[in-house]
Amino acid sequence: MRLERRLWQALGMALLAAVAFLWATPFLWTLVASFRPEGAGSARMASLVPDTPQTLENFRNALESGAFGLYYVNTFIVVAGVLAVQCVTVSLAGYAFARLRFPGRNVLFYVFLLQLMLVPPALIVPNLRTIVDLGLYDTLPGVMAPYFASAFGTFLMRQTFLALPRDFEEAAAIDGAPWWAIVWYVLLPMAQPGLVAFAIVSVTAHWNEFLWPLMVINDPAKHTLTIGLAAFTRGAEGGKEWGVLAAGTLLVMAPLAVVFVAFQRRFVDSFVFSGVKG
Amino acid sequence: MSLAGTTGILEGVDQEPVVVPRRRPWRRSYLPYALLAPSLLFLGLFTYLPVIRVIVESLYDHPHGTGAVAATFVGLGNYTKVLADPAFRQAALNNLVYALGTLIPTLALALAFALAVQRSSRFSAVLRTVFFFPSLVPLVAAASLFFFIFLPGIGLLDYYLAKIGVRGPNWLGDSDIALWSVIGLTVWKNAGYYMLFYIAGLQNIPRDTIEAALIDGANAWQRLRYVILPALLPTTSFVVVIALINLLTSVDHVIVLTRGGPSNATNLLLYYIFQAAHENFEVGKAAAATLLSVVVLLAISLASMRIMSRGSHHEA
Repeated sequence: MRLERRLWQALGMALLAAVAFLWATPFLWTLVASFRPEGAGSARMASLVPDTPQTLENFRNALESGAFGLYYVNTFIVVAGVLAVQCVTVSLAGYAFARLRFPGRNVLFYVFLLQLMLVPPALIVPNLRTIVDLGLYDTLPGVMAPYFASAFGTFLMRQTFLALPRDFEEAAAIDGAPWWAIVWYVLLPMAQPGLVAFAIVSVTAHWNEFLWPLMVINDPAKHTLTIGLAAFTRGAEGGKEWGVLAAGTLLVMAPLAVVFVAFQRRFVDSFVFSGVKG
Repeated sequence: MSLAGTTGILEGVDQEPVVVPRRRPWRRSYLPYALLAPSLLFLGLFTYLPVIRVIVESLYDHPHGTGAVAATFVGLGNYTKVLADPAFRQAALNNLVYALGTLIPTLALALAFALAVQRSSRFSAVLRTVFFFPSLVPLVAAASLFFFIFLPGIGLLDYYLAKIGVRGPNWLGDSDIALWSVIGLTVWKNAGYYMLFYIAGLQNIPRDTIEAALIDGANAWQRLRYVILPALLPTTSFVVVIALINLLTSVDHVIVLTRGGPSNATNLLLYYIFQAAHENFEVGKAAAATLLSVVVLLAISLASMRIMSRGSHHEA
């Protein structure tokens, strides 16, 4: 009886490990292929067994032919720009909803809520026309603008502020501190975990975004990583360039992967908290 | 943070906040609106204006995207045109198959993964990372990887299938199979993400309910069927909604892998809209199709709000 139980358990573990291996295969292949010398031949390109000697040639080719350096800069500008503006808008709005009383508060809350339902990708066509009207077509601010307001971020900051004790800000208010000083010096330092959670979700979403920047950006010098990678993929039809493509894919995924491994717990918490991507 | 945090996002809307004392009364009355103004400006520009825009644009004919000047009023003409367009019908049908074909295996795997890795051990932690990792990479990068996996003959799939003597079909080139290949990619990419919600949901099930079932002699299947699954119902409803919204609004992989082909077999609604607007410059058609998908999204979301409020009651 006990032996049988153990046997089943071992079998379950083996099955689980097999499924996990299957799940990881695409990444394992990318790692192996990106270090594989070009001369290995396209017939063996799919092998998961690493070749010797390993080479960094593919990475150099990807960086040169794909202008990935430039794409990194553009992606970084978009991600950082979106996040910087969002931090201001969601903190202010979150504070208003959490701490102030005013007519129309509930109505305005639902005005924000609609953004959770009509996610920006659904509205790419009319939004592109708005971007053109604003003179932001083919600019990085045009890629960022639709995300400057975030209902998810606002609700998350509101929740975070609501959970904070009121004693500190009341003390500050009695001392005559203006509202902005209370937000900046008292509330925001305590609300940091909420902001970090929001930042993780926002950065991941915009680092990975593709369709919207593809529509807004025309100039190749303003392409983001995902656009560059897509163009790269479509260009690499021949078996010869697969190592370079694997290297390029790895270059696009690496920054987030590194941050994820470093802050795994926080990532997982943020994503569970978010549900809806910011 | 657990799912309670997620569903609780709407809780306490009516809760009375404390008013921080203020020296000048006019400031008190304008301050909240001033704080909300930046967000409201961008919400207005990119959430409300676009809806008004598609409603108006869908009622006009715009010859080759010339803008409002040359537009003529056609009433519901664009809608009849879109609904009669075989490509649109195909895209709508594909999207339905894609949504259901992805949703069911994704949820089943997400739950299975969650049950398998819920215990905290080193082995479980590694597996959790492995399963979650695909949802962290860009859909475009996932598509790039699968482009190679699905490559006929020399791709990863065919290379290893050949070793066991199986000849794979043309994964992306065969119109009967291409959509299922795209579904396979999406399941691989999303299952680990929804697993997180199931792990959180499993942690919220009180220990004694499961122990009571154990004492009553329920076997593993009975515990799953009669105790765990019912307790996870709020989680499942929530995941279904965010999954459906995701399945209607991401087509990056279709753009990279198939461009809707072969012969529209992998054309999805958003890709149809993208094509109509960006490649064919059919503004009216794109607007009408956008509005139709907006209606579907709203319907899903309204259902979700009811589920979410029920879910938070359930947990409270």
